[in-house]
Amino acid sequence: MKDMDSLLIVRGRVVDPASGVDQEMDVLLRDGRVAAVATPGKLRGQAKRTFNAKGCIVTPGFIDLHVHLREPGQSHKETIATGTAAAAAGGFTSVCAMPNTVPVNDSAEITRWMQAPERGALVNVFPIAAATVGSLGEKLTNFAALKKAGAVAVTDDGKPILDDRVMRGALRAASGLKVPVVQHAEDTRMTVNCSMNLGATSFRLGLHGMSNAAEASIVERDIALARATRGHLHVAHLSTREALEAVRRAKKTRLRVTVEVTPHHITLVDKNVGDFNTHCKMNPPLRSAADRDALIAGILDRTIDAIATDHAPHAFHEKQVEFERAAFGITGLETALPIAITVLHLHFKVPLWRIVELLSSNPAKIFSLKGRGTLAKGAHADVTIFDPGKKWTFDATQSHSKSKNTPFDGWSFTGRVVATIVDGKMVYEV
Amino acid sequence: MKPHLRSLLGIEQLTTGQIEAIVALARRMDPSRPSQLLHGKRVALLFYESSTRTRTSFEFAAKTLGATTTLVTPVSSSIEKGESLIDTGWTVAALGADAIVMRHANSGAVYLLARYVQVPIVNAGDGMHQHPSQALLDALTITNHKKKLNGLRVVIVGDVYHSRVARSNAELLSRFGADIVFAGPPDFVPEISATIAPGVTACHDLNIALQGADVVMALRVQKERLAGKDIRIEDYIANYQITPQRMKLAKPDAILMHPGPVIRGMELTSEAADSFQSCIHEQVRNGVKTRMAILAMLLGAAH
Repeated sequence: MKDMDSLLIVRGRVVDPASGVDQEMDVLLRDGRVAAVATPGKLRGQAKRTFNAKGCIVTPGFIDLHVHLREPGQSHKETIATGTAAAAAGGFTSVCAMPNTVPVNDSAEITRWMQAPERGALVNVFPIAAATVGSLGEKLTNFAALKKAGAVAVTDDGKPILDDRVMRGALRAASGLKVPVVQHAEDTRMTVNCSMNLGATSFRLGLHGMSNAAEASIVERDIALARATRGHLHVAHLSTREALEAVRRAKKTRLRVTVEVTPHHITLVDKNVGDFNTHCKMNPPLRSAADRDALIAGILDRTIDAIATDHAPHAFHEKQVEFERAAFGITGLETALPIAITVLHLHFKVPLWRIVELLSSNPAKIFSLKGRGTLAKGAHADVTIFDPGKKWTFDATQSHSKSKNTPFDGWSFTGRVVATIVDGKMVYEV
Repeated sequence: MKPHLRSLLGIEQLTTGQIEAIVALARRMDPSRPSQLLHGKRVALLFYESSTRTRTSFEFAAKTLGATTTLVTPVSSSIEKGESLIDTGWTVAALGADAIVMRHANSGAVYLLARYVQVPIVNAGDGMHQHPSQALLDALTITNHKKKLNGLRVVIVGDVYHSRVARSNAELLSRFGADIVFAGPPDFVPEISATIAPGVTACHDLNIALQGADVVMALRVQKERLAGKDIRIEDYIANYQITPQRMKLAKPDAILMHPGPVIRGMELTSEAADSFQSCIHEQVRNGVKTRMAILAMLLGAAH
């Protein structure tokens, strides 16, 4: 039986932790769904098109819990079309878009606008709506209406909720709706004028530094509130060993606390700021080697649930300025898998199935994205195919993102996305 | 030796040989005898932050060597209109500046300028980061009194955290084997400050720090910064002010230095500032000599 809208992926090694599969299998996609996963050769002739994935890993599509697509309002940095093109090139079939747009995405209207076909998204876009009106940290938004409009979580990312009462209310309201509250954990009262991590490098460079305590104290406070409310707390881009330890302890008490880390925090440290490289300026900042090592340990012992990029595009003129005046953030969608393979798999011996967990199946569970993060029969036909042995050099000028603010320009990596399939359609192919 | 030096951004990227060469050349410079060494050269003084001593010092240095200077400040210029640092730098270079001397409130601003602008850049102070010409003139001053830097105990007292002078001096003196002690209250002398260079220690008890000191360097202490850290002025004065009595804890031949501007009655008393041990005026004189040497070297006229 041949179908016009069908694709058979053959000879690849299927790694699908959610189904417990890690072996050579053929995958048949039909009508936007996974139609079958079977031993090699069994599905021959059942699809219009065949993709030869010999030597490659075939996995459920990657899901990025933390991206900034900059629309509406800041399309000089990125648009939903360009950001999702970068996502496709990085193997991400779904991205969760932060609400710090202009205006802030605190309404069902903007949430729907971001998902409209006119935006030209190449991959699935799941908005994360603001937790408070205007992300001002005072009045909660209408979580039920936002969820109905398609929001998968709420957050005031970048403007963390400091008020205990408001955060408690957010967790309580979200728990009834089974929506996670995502917190960028930073006590901004402790980080005024800071532009990097507090340490020997910040002292040498004469820059005010952010302490680990500014992150850990908020994570600890939020865990206490999650315990009181039974809400789901998701800690965004965790970067310090103290905060990680707090999450580790909380998980032992079976609290609903999940945590993501970025590729850059497991690769770079504050020393990489070097002589004021603004491409190493982001928030949370690059931390000490001890923090970086703790994050690796957290990945190995499964305290850390997900890798999320915090893709934060900025125009040249926003980065080519004095370090203290430069915008926080770097792009990350196209370098996430190469870093996961090069740093985690090859250097720290993290198995491939665990990397797929971090990039796909766990993110799907954390934000309850049904039918994603797995290649089980009937799941959405979102598939990432990558060559784990491919050596290549990342050239930022070739990036699909509108912005080129990455510290990884010119880096040599092992592991490259070969094809990205969303709803059964090839959206990226080398 | 004739070291090739393109820009002077910080102490860190200078070789030991380059530091020695600048100090040696500075020693030979004579501000009272104008020359035409830099005749026809144009030096732009790009000052984003106010400064009397450093600006005048660079200006006299350039003019003594026959160069012309022009001052660019944010007030009544395109900077006020929102022009970026890189664009201002390009413009000043395109107007014909042969070198740019810059003072800026942001740490690292000179690195940005030097990355994009193709004329020699001299850092005249960037935020809390570096003030290399100050450290070089201080090295000249110290070596005028002490035979060598190696083994000297140099106590830097005051608001080390905010001080570019402290950072540049510590890096330079450490390179030559001096022992540097940062002394001040914990908020001004955090433990992490000792990591800046080998041989640097942090001490919160000035009376201990001063014992056996060869050089005492007081830093300016601003009232606002004391207030910002919740340090009472009386407490600061009681514990950290340099007085003739405290100077007695140092070696008998110890010298007292201060990069200026001096706030008498705050970080030191008038008696200390005007004592026989004080080298404050000599530092200012050496400033002109050192900046003459820096400009001569960067503009390729050193010999």
